[in-house]
Amino acid sequence: MIITSAKYTKAHDSEGSLTGDNLGIVIVLNGVTSHVPLDPANTHYAEIMRQVNAGTLTIQEAD
Amino acid sequence: MTKARDIASATTPNANAALLATFPHRNLIINGAMQVAQRGTSGTSTADIYTVDRFALGHGSPVNAMTFEQSTDTPDNFKNSLKITAGTGASASTTGYAILRQAIEGQNIAHLGFGTSAAKAITLSFHVKSSLTGTFGISIRNQAGNRAYAGTYVINSANTWEYKTVAIPADTSGTWPTDTGIGFHLFWDLGAGSNYDIAAGSWTSGSNMFGVESTVKLTETTNATFFITGIQLELGSTATPFEHRSFGDELLRCQRYYCRSYNIGTDTGTNTLDGAITTRQGGTPSTNNVAFNVDFPVTMRSAPTMTLYAKDGTSGQVSDFGNSYSGDGTDRAVNAVNAIGMRGFGGGNFSGVSENDIVIFHYEASSEL
Repeated sequence: MIITSAKYTKAHDSEGSLTGDNLGIVIVLNGVTSHVPLDPANTHYAEIMRQVNAGTLTIQEAD
Repeated sequence: MTKARDIASATTPNANAALLATFPHRNLIINGAMQVAQRGTSGTSTADIYTVDRFALGHGSPVNAMTFEQSTDTPDNFKNSLKITAGTGASASTTGYAILRQAIEGQNIAHLGFGTSAAKAITLSFHVKSSLTGTFGISIRNQAGNRAYAGTYVINSANTWEYKTVAIPADTSGTWPTDTGIGFHLFWDLGAGSNYDIAAGSWTSGSNMFGVESTVKLTETTNATFFITGIQLELGSTATPFEHRSFGDELLRCQRYYCRSYNIGTDTGTNTLDGAITTRQGGTPSTNNVAFNVDFPVTMRSAPTMTLYAKDGTSGQVSDFGNSYSGDGTDRAVNAVNAIGMRGFGGGNFSGVSENDIVIFHYEASSEL
């Protein structure tokens, strides 16, 4: 599974600012941008965390 | 006499195979007749890519890519098969591989009792046709990858449909999850390297096992073909006739793992409004927040990975139509998809949408194993 980027997403408040906890992770997987929920049962989330733990992928903070 | 009485009078679970064959929900395989192909009907293998629904095809160097298609070349009484064609022939050596697999959800195998003293034998059956003949291999392996059984089947005549059965004995050892994760994988060895091969005929402990020793490796022969359909995996030591399900029934089973907004038969990324989600920006424009709610056709296995597509088919974008439906609209980047759950998702944050803008998009949702 070739994940070329990963960044957390957050909700936006009424002023357009990021707020609250992370909602998910936006990834580019095989060239396609997808949104991964923070669900350990999700295969992509599990793979992201495996790669993070292996030191081969870093999840950027939401911006 | 009722079926219940017939079953009650049977002395063993398989005493009356003909009767058992009339009972539904025997088949642990989903889409075994290769009817459902939501993602498309043809493609080229990658490290792991879904072909028809629930079946994934994978290859790794030095094995070359294979092509696949949902075919209408079938044995009698089937509509579809899965056709796999090898690329330029190459030995898998030690770490190359070529496999077809289906992962079966743990919740669906609990009744097999694997890993307990009450474990039951199971039987695999399928129709197969290949340009090659000889002894081919299948294997079954747990999620952890440390417990596996390999079996073989013989293709006697080239380019001829043949029916095969493989008996798989009960496994009273190992760990076999019964939750929403992978219960086990079922593999067809199309070209596994020697590092992954195990001997056929007994349960084996180890790691990275999915190939079968001393079997035909399809991907060693340029343009070799392999057709398969009518796959059934069932409790017991006797193969019963294939359990034909309606297309709608099979589609719903598949959609627990993958669904999308496009019509059946329309490729993902096609420029179309048919089936698209339509909503409208109704809040403060500067926030880019857009409210909507989408229900999935069935409850999915887990919260799925979401990919949104603009009307023109661009992934990671939605279409902003302003106040009219003309043209393709303007693509807007998807910053966030909110509230993703097993039943649906709701709301998103899309760059640059203005107040009251009509926003249209398609989606894919994947909770594959």
